[in-house]
Amino acid sequence: MNDFGLMTVFSFGPGGWGAAMSAATVMTIAVAVTGFIAGAIIGAFGAWAKISGGRVVRTVADGYTTVLRGIPDLLVIYLFYFGSSAILTPIGRFFGANGFLSLPAFFAGALAIAIVSGAYHTEVFRGAYQVVARGEIDAAYATGMSPALAFRRIIAPLTLRFALPGLANIWQLVLKESSLISVTGLVEILRQAQIGAGSTRQPFTFFLAAAILFLLISSASGWALQHAEKHFTRGLRRG
Amino acid sequence: MDFAFLLSALLRLLPGVPLTLQLAFISVTLGMILALVLALLRLSGIRPLEWVARAYIFVFRSTPLLVQIFLIYYGLGQFPAIRYSVLWPILRQPYWCAIIALALNTAAYGSEIIRGGLRSVPEGQIEAARACGMSRFLVFRRIILPLAIRQALPAYGNEIILMVKATALASVVTMMEVTGLAAKLISETYRAVEVFVIAGGIYLIINYGITRVIHMVESWLTPHLRSVPAPAVVEREDTV
Repeated sequence: MNDFGLMTVFSFGPGGWGAAMSAATVMTIAVAVTGFIAGAIIGAFGAWAKISGGRVVRTVADGYTTVLRGIPDLLVIYLFYFGSSAILTPIGRFFGANGFLSLPAFFAGALAIAIVSGAYHTEVFRGAYQVVARGEIDAAYATGMSPALAFRRIIAPLTLRFALPGLANIWQLVLKESSLISVTGLVEILRQAQIGAGSTRQPFTFFLAAAILFLLISSASGWALQHAEKHFTRGLRRG
Repeated sequence: MDFAFLLSALLRLLPGVPLTLQLAFISVTLGMILALVLALLRLSGIRPLEWVARAYIFVFRSTPLLVQIFLIYYGLGQFPAIRYSVLWPILRQPYWCAIIALALNTAAYGSEIIRGGLRSVPEGQIEAARACGMSRFLVFRRIILPLAIRQALPAYGNEIILMVKATALASVVTMMEVTGLAAKLISETYRAVEVFVIAGGIYLIINYGITRVIHMVESWLTPHLRSVPAPAVVEREDTV
């Protein structure tokens, strides 16, 4: 087994783990992207609640961001993975299904990531909205746009532009957080590495491979996001 | 709400608090020392040292902490050279593996915070110290470092809170801290929501306490920014 190197983990030939590892990589990206997008939707509502909600709505949104930023993400994942079964199993029993029901690991994980990252999204969107110049919004209303149209044409694009650096940060967080979903058994990169480590007794090789894969995804997406930022702020004069 | 269960859950989870605090405290302390060394390497102006620090920070910031914990806890045992070395009694224990991984991880984030603090020290202050005849080391110890710490403290406070949250990952390598006990309790009782409320509450209280302490240290370190207390009105009965 001494010749079992990093190359075998990435090789697609016989005895190679390349196919399994790339399937796991796709899974990591899928769950991270799903969680990120759902989190952005939560964040948009959260920011809206904080900016223009009444006192009760604002308090709820403040509570949400404070709590979610103060407790470990792993706890949230446990809550959704095990908690969903506490809710779904009785419902299933009611409809005649017996046995243990829970959310599929993918959805429980993506939902947990969405709820956690939603707190960060809320703050990023709120901060970005506050940077949008009041004059631009006033000008939109002055030209006769309805609030919905002003939001779609003026406020949303400008907010997104200012939110981009913050969103890039959240994406990196979400990507790394997605590795925690391995505790629910979802076969993403880390879980696949555990499986490989278990069956070949080469844990260092496999976890190193997992680290390299995460490094690659994070570098590639970081590079892409930097370019996106440059692209979307090209019309911006820098002070 | 089943208050009897909530209370029993609280009593089951509280014994995990000392371990959570221990993991956080030791790894933050070790990580802070390493972070300072890394920050100094990055600002040393010596190319190879700078690149070592840069590479370290890049690798540890762009891979998940859980992968780092697994690499150290499960991975290192793959090499007979380590299994038969003097370090094995330490590297065999999940406790120390978790602390090492947490410390190495926070050092990468912390060094960027400290670097920002060190760079924020105004050039004039350093020149003034040099002009007073302080040696380079004395300038660093008396002027640069204290000012940098003061500047970096709020950001470092955030990092400490992130570390308290990160100690939850130690439960994956069998450590029975608050999250570990919570996971065990959930799998015994299937009452995820109640256990989550209690465990989350414990973390919130810990983090709130840390925030308060950081605020206190901050106001203690920045006496010049404190609002001046209103002068007390001394009432005196004039006896004529």
